Amino acid sequence: MSTAPQVRSLNCTNCGAPLTIRAGGHTLTVVCARCLTLLDARDPALGVLQTFQDRQKVEPLIPLGTRGELRGATWEVIGFQVRRIVVECVPYDWSEYLLYNPFKGFRYLTEYNGHWNFVATLRALPEETVARGRRAVRYLGRAYAQFQSASARTIFVLGEFPWQFRVGEAVYVSDYIAPPQALSVERTHNEEAWSLGEYLPGGEVWKAFKLPGACPPARGIYSNQPSPHGSNARSVWAVCLALVVMLAAMMFLFSVGTLQEEVFQSSYTFSTASKGETSFVTPVFELKGRMSNVEVKVDTDLENDWAYLSFTLINEQSGQGFDFGREIGYYHGVDSDGSWSEGGRDDRVLVPSVPPGRYYLRVEPDMNDEDGRAHSVRYQVKVRRDVPYNLFFWIAGLLLLVPPIFVSLRAAGFEKARWEESSYVTEMRSGGEDE
Amino acid sequence: MSQPVANCPNCGAAVRFRFSSAVQSVCEYCRSIVVRRDVNLERVGEVSDLPPDPSPIQITTEGIYRNRPFVVAGRILYEYEQGGWNEWHIVFSDGKSGWLSDAMAEYAVTFGIIPTPEPLPPVEKIHRGRRFRWYGADYQVTVLTPARYRGVEGELPFEYWNKQQVLFADLRTSDARFGTIDYSERPALLFLGESVEFEALRLKNLRRVEGWDA
Repeated sequence: MSTAPQVRSLNCTNCGAPLTIRAGGHTLTVVCARCLTLLDARDPALGVLQTFQDRQKVEPLIPLGTRGELRGATWEVIGFQVRRIVVECVPYDWSEYLLYNPFKGFRYLTEYNGHWNFVATLRALPEETVARGRRAVRYLGRAYAQFQSASARTIFVLGEFPWQFRVGEAVYVSDYIAPPQALSVERTHNEEAWSLGEYLPGGEVWKAFKLPGACPPARGIYSNQPSPHGSNARSVWAVCLALVVMLAAMMFLFSVGTLQEEVFQSSYTFSTASKGETSFVTPVFELKGRMSNVEVKVDTDLENDWAYLSFTLINEQSGQGFDFGREIGYYHGVDSDGSWSEGGRDDRVLVPSVPPGRYYLRVEPDMNDEDGRAHSVRYQVKVRRDVPYNLFFWIAGLLLLVPPIFVSLRAAGFEKARWEESSYVTEMRSGGEDE
Repeated sequence: MSQPVANCPNCGAAVRFRFSSAVQSVCEYCRSIVVRRDVNLERVGEVSDLPPDPSPIQITTEGIYRNRPFVVAGRILYEYEQGGWNEWHIVFSDGKSGWLSDAMAEYAVTFGIIPTPEPLPPVEKIHRGRRFRWYGADYQVTVLTPARYRGVEGELPFEYWNKQQVLFADLRTSDARFGTIDYSERPALLFLGESVEFEALRLKNLRRVEGWDA
């Protein structure tokens, strides 16, 4: 059994500082951490590829050589670069950490304003498509919406890389998102390289690499950051709709559970032409069983007229009465806008909590008698006890819809803020304007 | 798995062909490349020392692809602009040959397709973006890689030794299918298969990597 060469210790050709190559055999470019010179790792003499003067050194958040556990494997940070895009003269920089495992190859961690992504090279070619009116690409059945495109340059580099580095070389980068995933394609004149990233909260990176202190807080909203409200909204909707379904079921059960027993029914006529006392009492009817509500329903034959009916539901034994009145009016006709109607011919009153016993109704009808014409109405009075009362359920149902609508509005606000960063909405990559 | 033993025409050491499908092997002593011609072995060349190789795979590594066990019998090593890569010759338990390519620890298993589903375009007609529809999948040429044949090791299912520059056209699909057109021969050779994850291959008998556990 042979051992694969991995770690090599060398000295910088330019300044003599010690150098470590951690991915021996793969590494083509290595950067001296002291003088920042790019060296040709394949060259036994470690030839100089590029030197820099007055280069501002950037300290990676995860030091080179740090190992961490991510997605079930160990990864060692072997390279670091800062890449920049410039939009409307404003530079936006992000960091990329190159991760290495000698068995599983290379991965990347990217960081922008405290937002992290774990990125792997894609071994497939996403297909162009359109999703929800946006240009998108499809990969393994999922649509990724086009988010932004820009020309990116590497402005700072440390560590080692399995490719030949040319600092300053421009690459055209396009991002497509399906949070928490993102697909990116980097195009040069002769290559097109796709990668798949997954959003990682900074805390997870800190835990994976056992970094001291707290991770820098994430500022703003990142392109493929999962919405804190999106899944929330779904679960809130699910819970509330489940409760609405329960309410509907209760409503159904309550209405099935009510007797809806008809205890009295009779028809009457009233006319302003007839003189004398207009009030009368109905025959006695019995409200049996337990205390329940009582519905008094009136059906009339009103035609462009109104009637006022005052009722008293009177207990024969105790004389206790429940007073209520109803104005019923029905008007209809045809005008320049077509036919119209107003009001209705029937109405109902629900008297709650009437104790059982023998009752009768005192009825006093009244109609307009000031125009000198005779008005009359035929009406039917129907009394039922123990009828379903659904208003409570309707109110409760509407109240239940308030939280999910609220959460959905917040989720929509988050998506709006996300897409404000997209070059395909505002033609400007924001990100400088945090929050 | 037959294990005929013959003697190296160069140094006389025993050269074993452990796989019945193997046509070419390398003498472990004098590094002569020997090929089977009828019953005789013929020395056709010699391999120079192969450069240090970061691959965790070696000859005798065992693995499983689509529930079929295989063993690594040999390899072809290529170099290109961005480094080297290995085409490991794998032999399944039924004697069938395949290829496990390992480029920067990205793995793919492919099989030689003979005959090719259509005549392959000649080398001067192949270009990035060219599409092929084979076996229900859309293949697209994603990269043309001019490579240098660097050496061989172990047993191979065909004679492969006197190569210089080789052009490869890599093919990808919208899923993880993978293919290569190998312009080292005329007509070109076609290999089709898929990208595979390291874990999925359940490799055993790997090389040790200092400081790392597989």
